Amino acid sequence: MIELLVSPFVEFAFMRRALLGVVLLSISSCPVGVFLMLRRMSLAGDAMAHAILPGAATGFLLFGLAIVPMTVGGLIAGVLVALGAGAVSRLTVQKEDASMAAFYLISLAVGVLIVSLRGSSVDLMHVLFGSVLALNDEALILIAGISIATLAALLLLWRGLIAECLDPLFLRSVSGIGPLVHFVFLGLVVLNLVGGFQALGTLLSVGLMMLPAAAARFWTARVDTMCLLAVAIGIASSTAGLLLSYHFTLPSGPAIILSAGLVYFASILFGGRGIVRVLLIRHRHRTA
Amino acid sequence: MSDASLTFSDLTLGYGSHPAVHHLNGPVERGSLIAVVGPNGSGKSTLMKGIVGIVKPMAGAVKTAPGQRLAYLPQQSEIDRSFPARVLDLVGLGLWPKRGLLGRYDRRDRQDLRDALDAVGLAGFEHRPIDTLSGGQLQRALFARVLVQKADLILLDEPFNAVDAKTTADLIALIRHWHGERRTVLVVAHDFELVREHFPETLVLARRPIAWGRTQDVMRPDILARARRFDEAWHDDAPWCAADGPHAGHDHAKTGSSSVPATAQRSGSL
Repeated sequence: MIELLVSPFVEFAFMRRALLGVVLLSISSCPVGVFLMLRRMSLAGDAMAHAILPGAATGFLLFGLAIVPMTVGGLIAGVLVALGAGAVSRLTVQKEDASMAAFYLISLAVGVLIVSLRGSSVDLMHVLFGSVLALNDEALILIAGISIATLAALLLLWRGLIAECLDPLFLRSVSGIGPLVHFVFLGLVVLNLVGGFQALGTLLSVGLMMLPAAAARFWTARVDTMCLLAVAIGIASSTAGLLLSYHFTLPSGPAIILSAGLVYFASILFGGRGIVRVLLIRHRHRTA
Repeated sequence: MSDASLTFSDLTLGYGSHPAVHHLNGPVERGSLIAVVGPNGSGKSTLMKGIVGIVKPMAGAVKTAPGQRLAYLPQQSEIDRSFPARVLDLVGLGLWPKRGLLGRYDRRDRQDLRDALDAVGLAGFEHRPIDTLSGGQLQRALFARVLVQKADLILLDEPFNAVDAKTTADLIALIRHWHGERRTVLVVAHDFELVREHFPETLVLARRPIAWGRTQDVMRPDILARARRFDEAWHDDAPWCAADGPHAGHDHAKTGSSSVPATAQRSGSL
């Protein structure tokens, strides 16, 4: 049993690199996912993931499958869409969900168009779904940097993020920091999606962000424990996904996301605030 | 008037080109306790937002005394009740003016939080998730947050909405306590009985100020009837406001009633 769990990582360097990559990604993107979820922006994460595509594709068009140009391109495109959608929602009557949808749909179309200008459908698959088993040094260093930057920013802005989620109007009455917190946070979302895109692709990297967060919601009513739990779930499902993909020759990205999906379903059913418990507890109550 | 907590000078606030608060003048003295009354749509909430700075003046200005701490309890709070926070986290937001983004909470701060919860009758609720609070309990918690802010200028927008008699009495006691500490308190209220009983000063708004002065002088049937008659609608064909200077640029959307009456200037208590 232990043999099955450990030997793939002991034997193969590419498995160790993949594991390191997804663990680092879990550490930073899962807490970001928790805040996205708590701000009711779960789908905005998905939208941002599409939004980075044209930038990554432009990098791909100009330099081929190289991590740095594709990352920088994705970062620029993501930030442009986040700022654009944010500005439209703050300056016009349109709410952020609508402006975000408009921007990312345009972005997605442009991205697919650019990839098809040069690449084959294999390239498109790579951009959309990533290749966690082919992480090189550059990619790992990039992911580590993003991880550290994200954690630092989250710790610095923690109180502001909580206030902005819990009672934005109050924050406005005591401080002008709200918009800054909002945009830095959107920046972190983009950063983590870009970090995840080499490993999991633009479409699946948001899965590692959102699924552990959504699952953690069923277990705790505190934000700090929710973040830690999401990270733990992220790491566990990444590891499980890699092992499943190794033993059953499954594509690794989907295997990781599906593992997180299983944890999510289990949490819906058995979590402290999940279905089973709610149904069981209904006929028991205290006197006061 | 050096001891003014707030000074309105020809303040006009509004949305688009239409005024919601029109030509408000006068100082609010430090330590006053003022009820703001008027029909729905008369600009009470807008005035509060204008003082906080969330709504910018279309003309004129509102000046707050320098160094003054402000606490604002909005009518429709944007609190996300489903957010996983405890009562302590919500009330703890009140420490923001003191601690900001990064300052650590020390033992005194934690004591302040406990004292505030005690004062509003929520001792023992520290670790309750906010989504389990009743409307009245949430309002008490928000008053506790105002307490923690230790503000010099306190703005409460309809704090007694959907709150039962006992809670209202407790909250009134807190407001009177603040008044005793010479804090300046402005409260938007609809219950005239309560205003007559507890508020020394009243501002009657109906988009423009109808009357402002000692409560017994201002809360008269004729004045209140005049406030009730005001026309809530905006008129896109209303003429531009005729006042000169920086003030021009918004519609006069009032009906045929006479221009600002003498009572709009502060009467009494000056």
